[in-house]
Amino acid sequence: MSATGIGAAVRRKEDFRFITGKGQYTDDINRPGQTYIHFVRSPHAHAKIRKIDSAEASKMPGVVAVLTGKDLANDKIGNLICGWAITSKDGTPMKMSAHPAIAADKANHVGDAVAVVIAETLGQAKDAGENVKVDYEVLPAVADPAKAQAKGAPLIHDIAPNNTIYNWHLGDQKATEAAFASAKHVTKLDIVNNRLVPNAMEPRAALADYDAGNDALTLWNTSQNPHVARLVIAAFVGMAPEHKLRVIAPDVGGGFGSKIFIYPEEVVCLWASRKVNRPVKWNSDRSEAFLTDAHGRDHVTHAEMAFDADGKITGLRAKTIANLGAYMSTFSSSVPTYLYATLLSGQYGIPAIYCEVDAVYTNTVPVDAYRGAGRPEATFVVERLVEVGAREMGVDPADLRKKNFVKAFPHATPVIMTYDAGDYAASLKKAQEIADIKGFGKRKRDSARNGKLRGMGYSTYIEACGIAPSQAVGSLGAGVGLWESAEVRVNPTGSVEVLTGSHSHGQGHETTFAQLVSERLGIPIENISIVHGDTDKVQFGMGTYGSRSGAVGMSAIVKALDKVEAKAKKVAAFMLEAAETDIEFKDGKFTVAGTDKSAAFGDVALNAYIAHKFTGAELEPGLKEGAFYDPTNFTFPAGCHICEVEIDPETGITEVVGWTAVDDFGVVINPMIVEGQVHGGIAQGVGQALYEGTVYDKDGQLVTGSYMDYAMPRADYLPSFKVDTTVTKCPSNPLGMKGCGEAGAIAAPAAVINAITDALGTEDIAMPATPAAVWRAIQKHPTRHAAE
Amino acid sequence: MPKVSMTVNGNAVTAEADARTLLVQYLRESLRLTGTHVGCDTSQCGACVVHVDGKAIKSCTMFAWQAEGANVQTIEGLAKDGKLHPMQEAFRENHGLQCGFCTPGMIMTAVDLVHRKGNNLDEKTIREELEGNICRCTGYHNIVKSIAAGAKAMA
Repeated sequence: MSATGIGAAVRRKEDFRFITGKGQYTDDINRPGQTYIHFVRSPHAHAKIRKIDSAEASKMPGVVAVLTGKDLANDKIGNLICGWAITSKDGTPMKMSAHPAIAADKANHVGDAVAVVIAETLGQAKDAGENVKVDYEVLPAVADPAKAQAKGAPLIHDIAPNNTIYNWHLGDQKATEAAFASAKHVTKLDIVNNRLVPNAMEPRAALADYDAGNDALTLWNTSQNPHVARLVIAAFVGMAPEHKLRVIAPDVGGGFGSKIFIYPEEVVCLWASRKVNRPVKWNSDRSEAFLTDAHGRDHVTHAEMAFDADGKITGLRAKTIANLGAYMSTFSSSVPTYLYATLLSGQYGIPAIYCEVDAVYTNTVPVDAYRGAGRPEATFVVERLVEVGAREMGVDPADLRKKNFVKAFPHATPVIMTYDAGDYAASLKKAQEIADIKGFGKRKRDSARNGKLRGMGYSTYIEACGIAPSQAVGSLGAGVGLWESAEVRVNPTGSVEVLTGSHSHGQGHETTFAQLVSERLGIPIENISIVHGDTDKVQFGMGTYGSRSGAVGMSAIVKALDKVEAKAKKVAAFMLEAAETDIEFKDGKFTVAGTDKSAAFGDVALNAYIAHKFTGAELEPGLKEGAFYDPTNFTFPAGCHICEVEIDPETGITEVVGWTAVDDFGVVINPMIVEGQVHGGIAQGVGQALYEGTVYDKDGQLVTGSYMDYAMPRADYLPSFKVDTTVTKCPSNPLGMKGCGEAGAIAAPAAVINAITDALGTEDIAMPATPAAVWRAIQKHPTRHAAE
Repeated sequence: MPKVSMTVNGNAVTAEADARTLLVQYLRESLRLTGTHVGCDTSQCGACVVHVDGKAIKSCTMFAWQAEGANVQTIEGLAKDGKLHPMQEAFRENHGLQCGFCTPGMIMTAVDLVHRKGNNLDEKTIREELEGNICRCTGYHNIVKSIAAGAKAMA
């Protein structure tokens, strides 16, 4: 292993600009003559728009224009779309409502835009916004997914009776019923997977600049996938032809899924820029972010697991209601279906699984993919059922898991997926050692002496990452292919630019991708630049989410590097006057096999461009190759997390006192970065389990709409984590990588709740397990923990 | 519009700012010092922390005119003569940042913490002192490590 190659903990190349304040985030970019846009948003969860009077606002100082949904419709700007088609079990398509970027007739959630003001300064735009008079007819609203389908619930979209978007199912219902009929033991749980607000620290932003001379538009925005944004805004919204629209996602301050989607604000900025013929800038307030960034999770589930007399799992069934909010966001439909039910087998060999999912509209912010997207929900169902099942049957939860682990690969589950590689027992064993589970009894007794309750919880999770191959996702309803592309440009001086369709918003691609190139070409990491996030520079790309940048994005780079090496060998053959087949490439040097004749990579690059050693008929000059890579399967990262908590029964405060994570991510490029990804994921998962509760009142008002009310995990809410790995290579991509971005967020909630319920002796606790909730559970079940 | 003058990173500066212009807006928009970030609107996240007359403050909680005549230091002024500040080095060395958005505020808070509490900071102290700085990427693990190391290096 070289100091900058695969497996080395290389310090990040991108950090210098971030630690010196020289990052370039969207809001740091300004255009000459730019105006500022302010969105006037509905304060009501559900209201007809009778009339909008903008006369007074239009006359206020600095106001350039006041525009409404009617103006948008008059200009024939198309609706936003959901790009993944789901079919109900009766064969009918999902009920996708119209989603205009500015509501013209009816507002469907608090925060739905109803007008915009464009002005010389942001202050002027906001002042004028106060004077846009909207006459609303307030309608009854529904925010609770469990109540959305009830008789008499307010109807949100005519296209969707009972507010139902689809009734979908997966698996063999008959076989599953049979498994339950013959079960020795059945464990049943009612689960609410709480709604979360993603809260990337950089709020979303957009800056649109219309170039009247070329009738072309440029958009800087906070996107995880600028090419997909351009495609949707061109092809579906109809803003401009694809070649007349440039989308640039510069430094992006975190995404966690919430910046995948195509949002109303960027569409409106583009449209407004052309309309006022000036650049238009929008930067979300945090309060606005709470009301407009797609939220995550929000499932209500009843789940059951069947066991035979030996404790083998024989069946699993689940019925889930998934809240998709007021409109179907870009990939919302896929999250509670193909990213959820397909993972209900967990790490276990389960012969029969059946899952039904009803997706519903409510008068809330749209819900879409958030770190893990469907897989945390599935893991929570499976890992809670196994844990509770073990407790009910009086067996050790780790032993029950081991007994049911998949041990032979490939393993086809009854819910589409074929696991390709793994060693689940190895991760569990290592985690148990690091967590010192043998010492738990003593620690528990020590806690008890201090009047505290101690508990330990496991979560042995699996996820499907790499989100691909294209043909497979296409057959499941995806509107796009999910390959990735790369271009490797070798300059005449031997430095290299890699253009990638992946997008880094904290993941460190400028470092890890360069490590791959450094290792392959034997050149210093300083001589490599990674270029991403600009549709004018990068050929095409599907962006970054679902831990696909390593497994898919880097695989595309590998393919392009293979081509570069092949071409460079041809050049070297001419330089060294040898047969191409005799040229060997190692450590940045081309050598004629069996001789001391060699040429350095830089010399070969120069010769490829000066082209003096060969004729145009013999070889094409230049050294630049591109590749598209479509993998053969998803990847299946898996691992074991063990959480240890201590609870103060007097206050209900839960302290996470120990965290061990042993994950199998396949081959790791940079262990420092991988550990960082695991830390962040765990923090978000612990946030879901203990702190983050998104609360809507019965009228659809978001009660937790700021950092005053929504409990973001702070440094003193969390412990340091013990993080380690085991490795089984992924056979589905050339580097053997699986992906690490979501693992912590997927594993953590079940581990925390399993630990808390272990401490309390009752399963009756919902997320977030706030001090109030834990205290109430203790009061409700006082004898359980006292019996310890 | 009234003019507001102060010293920023050692330079005397003057720019127009109306009565409601926040210090962070003055820095970002009038001076184009965009290293100081805005991550919330309720003074919780700490992405906008700068030093005013040697003390860490959230520049979203102060009007520009309130800093008239003050000595302000932002993340851009921390490295001296092309050499990174030890706390900046510590964040890079310990992978104390991912997306980088909260980082300027974290580093400015950390430097102030060392000034107040010294060079030997235990984990508990660091975590408690970070109550006013939110990070969504790192889970704080490596930020805590970075600050402990940076504090030592500042000795």
